[in-house]
Amino acid sequence: MVFGIVLVIIVVGSVLFHFLSPWQATPLASNWGSIDDTLAITLAITGTFFVALMLFMAYAVIRFRHRSDGSGARALYEPENKKLEWWLIILTSIGICGMLAPGLIVYGHFVNVPDEADVFEVVGQQWQWSFRFPGEDGQLGTADVKFMSGDNPFGLNPGDPNGQDDVLVRNNELHLPIDRPVKALLRSKDVLHDFYVPQFRVKMDMVPGLVSYLWLTPTKLGTYEILCAEYCGTGHYNMRGLVVVDKPADFRQWLAAQPTFAQTLIKGSAVGLVEQGKQIVQGQGCFACHSIDGSKSLGPGWQGLYGKTEMLADGSSITVDDAYLRESIVEPGAKIVKGYPPVMVAYPLSDEQLLAVIAYTKSLTGEHSEKE
Amino acid sequence: MAYAEIAEAEQLHEPHSFWTRYVWSQDHKVIAVQYSMIAIFVGLIALGLSALMRMQIGFPGAIESIDAASYYQYMTMHGMIMVVYLLTALLLGGFGNFLIPLMIGARDMVFPFVNMLSVHVYLLSVIVLLASFFVPGGPTAAGWTLYPPQSITAGTAGTDWGIVLMMVSLAIFIVATTMGGLNYVTTVLQARTYGMTLMRMPLSVWGIFMATVLALLAFPALFVSAIMLLFDKLLGTSFFMPEMMSLGKALDHEGGSPILFQHLFWFFGHPEVYIVALPAFGLVSDIISTHARKNIFGYKMMVWAIIAIGVLSFVVWAHHMYVSGMNPYFGFFFAVSTLVIAVPTALKVYNWILTLWHGDIHLTVPMLFALAFILTFVVGGLTGLFLGNVIVDLPLSDTYFVVAHFHMVMGVAPILVIFGSIYHWYPKVTGRMLNDTLGMLHFWITFIGTYLIYFPMHYLGFLGMPRRYYEYQDYEFIPESAHDLNAFITVMALTVGAAQSLFLFNMFYSYFKGKPSGNNPWKATSLEWQTPETPAPHGNWGPKLPVVHRWAYDYSVPGVKEDYVPQTVSMEELAAGAEYVELEEKPV
Repeated sequence: MVFGIVLVIIVVGSVLFHFLSPWQATPLASNWGSIDDTLAITLAITGTFFVALMLFMAYAVIRFRHRSDGSGARALYEPENKKLEWWLIILTSIGICGMLAPGLIVYGHFVNVPDEADVFEVVGQQWQWSFRFPGEDGQLGTADVKFMSGDNPFGLNPGDPNGQDDVLVRNNELHLPIDRPVKALLRSKDVLHDFYVPQFRVKMDMVPGLVSYLWLTPTKLGTYEILCAEYCGTGHYNMRGLVVVDKPADFRQWLAAQPTFAQTLIKGSAVGLVEQGKQIVQGQGCFACHSIDGSKSLGPGWQGLYGKTEMLADGSSITVDDAYLRESIVEPGAKIVKGYPPVMVAYPLSDEQLLAVIAYTKSLTGEHSEKE
Repeated sequence: MAYAEIAEAEQLHEPHSFWTRYVWSQDHKVIAVQYSMIAIFVGLIALGLSALMRMQIGFPGAIESIDAASYYQYMTMHGMIMVVYLLTALLLGGFGNFLIPLMIGARDMVFPFVNMLSVHVYLLSVIVLLASFFVPGGPTAAGWTLYPPQSITAGTAGTDWGIVLMMVSLAIFIVATTMGGLNYVTTVLQARTYGMTLMRMPLSVWGIFMATVLALLAFPALFVSAIMLLFDKLLGTSFFMPEMMSLGKALDHEGGSPILFQHLFWFFGHPEVYIVALPAFGLVSDIISTHARKNIFGYKMMVWAIIAIGVLSFVVWAHHMYVSGMNPYFGFFFAVSTLVIAVPTALKVYNWILTLWHGDIHLTVPMLFALAFILTFVVGGLTGLFLGNVIVDLPLSDTYFVVAHFHMVMGVAPILVIFGSIYHWYPKVTGRMLNDTLGMLHFWITFIGTYLIYFPMHYLGFLGMPRRYYEYQDYEFIPESAHDLNAFITVMALTVGAAQSLFLFNMFYSYFKGKPSGNNPWKATSLEWQTPETPAPHGNWGPKLPVVHRWAYDYSVPGVKEDYVPQTVSMEELAAGAEYVELEEKPV
């Protein structure tokens, strides 16, 4: 009896919760409203089955409960009822088709990318994003792991003419033009990642060794968060990015301000040591674990780090100087700062690169500190 | 039934000492208890790990020692222990061992020595697994799916020692499962007693039998993927490793495929869901039938549904991989096959509920757990239709919707059946009843608590909260209220976790102080309740094996005075009007 009543309360409560819950999908910002529709159809059909089945069960439990005073009925002997069972199978199959048919139609749209879609590339690495757009020629150049280095973080083939004018976005902020279908080619430099923007609805894994894809049309101006949705190691939860949906003119202006591959290859005499250091740090993905605005992250933040006295895990303390920074990059396990997990691996940077990174770190201390 | 005649004449090796009786025992009932105790022990460790994880999610930073690396280690070990070392081991090794010979009227498993080895090899796999907590770097943090490259490359905790121990432990576990599994299958096929045809077997045996067949076919896929991953890790092969960077350095691998591992893993992993579910389906069918005093509705369809689900479970695996980057055209096939498997599954649910219709429902503790299972399983099964339908999976994949779904359907649902089954069969194991008041308390907290944990969690998935996140600070699309909901879920989870001590205490206390149960406290029909003694001695049946005259579900047969007719009662005995018969009385 009590169980039957509790069951009714649970069913009613669940339905109420569904309609009153403040936790619903984020406002849609892409063309994939049809995905929301299939979700709604699925909810309606499964919700109906849930309510009907559970209320029927609650009724049966209350109606046919054993009564200790002996007033209850003896159970009915009914081994099977083929007809009823077949009807239930047919009813279920209809419900299944009602979900599957629209689902597969919409999935067909997702799989077939429109011909007019503009291509761009998303590159994932532990634990940051970067992006690449084709240049004037409209073609992305080839890339390979063997070309990857601090100077060429995308691993573009320097001998491929298609790649020279590719526009490289070497930070976590992507811009897309509104109302244009875009096809994202997804590539990972290291482990599995997943390009996920909740407001766009679609997501897809990025797999080292192959290029996956998805497509969408941004339909709403604004800034949205990019998340990694495939577990990619200790910094997974912190692999953040932003996508800004722009008016076409704003988008073109932003794109024009990004360097092409050819420009990034011109050796750093033009830029100072600090700027070089910043580029190396971005290319290596250091910001995934080290903040420069004083916020807490997986590794010690760099704002005000240089010259500071740090408490080490073994209880001793050390002043952060050139030698310590150098050691922490090439042999991170040597002196772990207290309160941080020993997860960083060695970065075999050249002496030149180390000097640049250390100069950049110095620039974040005291009056030189900069905010990003 | 040649085997039954041989078994009847055979002398069993009687145990002579404490060691041969309780440690190196070849009695399937002792082995079942050994399996169960080890499984419950590791399960408690995994429960503790989930409490630590929930603390971090609900109250970030409240326990300072949980950093990102250790959070992911807890997550990995929690998942792997619960799925493999608790659920699989308890349902097949525990319930399979205890119930199969008793329910089919055998004296023991057909290979008792292999059976004994199986439990000790299982214990070894558990020791190797737990050893990873004490090695440098700690256990692997690869996630229970162990996806390469990240499971064996830098940037994840436990990639030196932990992952190696995990894969070695899995390989050992699979050896144990294979030894047990061959035994269960052979016993069901060969050692049934006189008159026990396949279509007279209780659904518990059917469920465990089919699950064992699945295990024998599916675990090899996990075995080879574990070995190949070990080779990639230790010998530098490239089965799963493409040309890639690892935190700024190019690795020496080339040409391997990370997606190949996912295919192998889920070729095991999806049948694994049914390796857990099918025994639970069987056990719950028998509990519902017994306590509703009514035959299971549509027995034949129930058997065919078990077989259909078992076969179909091998052609749906890639629905775990819709967003893996595999060829997207596979999605069409796997969405169809996945939704087709819902039909036999739904039929089972209908038949459980129809068994209640016009029943005489005794709301005992095991029955309450069984009914709670139906609710939980319906919710978990229906949400599976969201994730199986490829396009609906795109927004929900890798969010908390998935976490809520699989905890409902293969966490809470089978655990409720396991609890119900322990309350139901404990008297047969020990000869004493579990305490009812403690049982009721345990039931209500566990049932309501788990529903309050997992039902709202689906909505965090609708919102888009990704799973496997150590913390969610400063994500703008996540409102403050979602963090409050997480805190609430954590409080509920800790409550449910703490309530399990009631169950542990009950099992311990009732072993000494419980009410003596007699042979057949639930007035059940199936063979295990017809043993001459309870607990049944080594050999189960005394000098003569039981003879079976009917199916396992003769409850409330019209014209019979008692509301149950055991499988051992013949038509002549019924007609001769033993205490079971009062032919004048008609059912009301």
